[in-house]
Amino acid sequence: MGFQISGTGSAFPKKVLTNEDLSRMVDTNDEWIMTRVGVSSRHIATEESTADLATEAARKALEEAGVTPAELDLIITATITPDAVCPTVAGTVQQRLGASCPAFDISSACSGFLFALETTNGFFASGKVKKALVIGAERISKILDWEDRSTCVIFGDGAGAAVLTEGNGYLCSELMTAGGDSVIKIPGFGGTSPFSTLEPEKPVIFMEGQETFKFAVNALVDHIVSMCGKLGIEPAALDHIVPHQANIRIIQMAARKLKLPLEKFVTDIETVGNTAAASVPIALDDLNRSGRLQKGDLVAMTAFGGGLSSGGCILRW
Amino acid sequence: MILEKLKEIIADHTGEEADTITAETALADLGIDSLTTVEILMDIEDEYGVALQAGEIGKTVGDLIAKIEEAKQ
Repeated sequence: MGFQISGTGSAFPKKVLTNEDLSRMVDTNDEWIMTRVGVSSRHIATEESTADLATEAARKALEEAGVTPAELDLIITATITPDAVCPTVAGTVQQRLGASCPAFDISSACSGFLFALETTNGFFASGKVKKALVIGAERISKILDWEDRSTCVIFGDGAGAAVLTEGNGYLCSELMTAGGDSVIKIPGFGGTSPFSTLEPEKPVIFMEGQETFKFAVNALVDHIVSMCGKLGIEPAALDHIVPHQANIRIIQMAARKLKLPLEKFVTDIETVGNTAAASVPIALDDLNRSGRLQKGDLVAMTAFGGGLSSGGCILRW
Repeated sequence: MILEKLKEIIADHTGEEADTITAETALADLGIDSLTTVEILMDIEDEYGVALQAGEIGKTVGDLIAKIEEAKQ
């Protein structure tokens, strides 16, 4: 048995940071950010933790699915910005919802939600899980270099969640990792060991922009072409494509290469920014709540990012 | 001919009229930013099967053609 998505939800911090606000912090402006990234404003956490955002998104998804926390058999959160190394974000969500199932986090940067879906699919296949909650949640603002105008303008905070129940909606999926740190790197906390001889590094996002762009476009295009090939359909047969919202230019270039109209792609980056592992479930929730999604629609989701990693899946809604 | 195809690709990504682009046109005058450079190089890769690095494309459209020809050999 596989799964289908029965409910989605998303949540954002209250504070909205506009390009105008950013132009007072670093040497940038609205025109530059809009033409090169496609973001006009983003939500930035002040008092909200990653688990706060994850819990709020989860509650909305559970409500839509009509599933109670007690019915959940599994909770997985994809994140690279957990509030703590321990406990996990998923564990905190489990406690707050009043669920009692196993809960853990996984990390694969911006592709994390796709890796989490595939992991959950394995639990459905083994028969151990009949209802699961999969979340992507980030407080990415805490690992940004707020003096680096090439990265701090791109990202935003938020969470997206999906409730999975038994079904046959997960038609096809792919995961890819090409390990290395030359293109994207986010060093972690180095610790305070008196024995360490490792040089401490600044724990903020480093990205080689041009290489990231190329990798992202190729990953998006290749996953769509390859997955459609496995299902024996043309990419034009997809009703909606939900891509990771990394940069509008990546989505535009991929649409050109796939010869698909941009309207097929869900884009919410303008007011959300790049929310890393939360990006795909937030965009899926945006699509789901827009009323454009019909039962039976073919929905492709793809993500790409640090690792390097990428992933994709095609769902029958 | 590479120039004709390249004019099309550049026009596509910059909004310039293809007819106004010549081998002598400076890439900097076309308002090509770093992402546009990558977009153009990706189209060149699709068209000619050659992977050029953003740092080695030269100053003019003619320089870029020379790089493509060199890489094709």
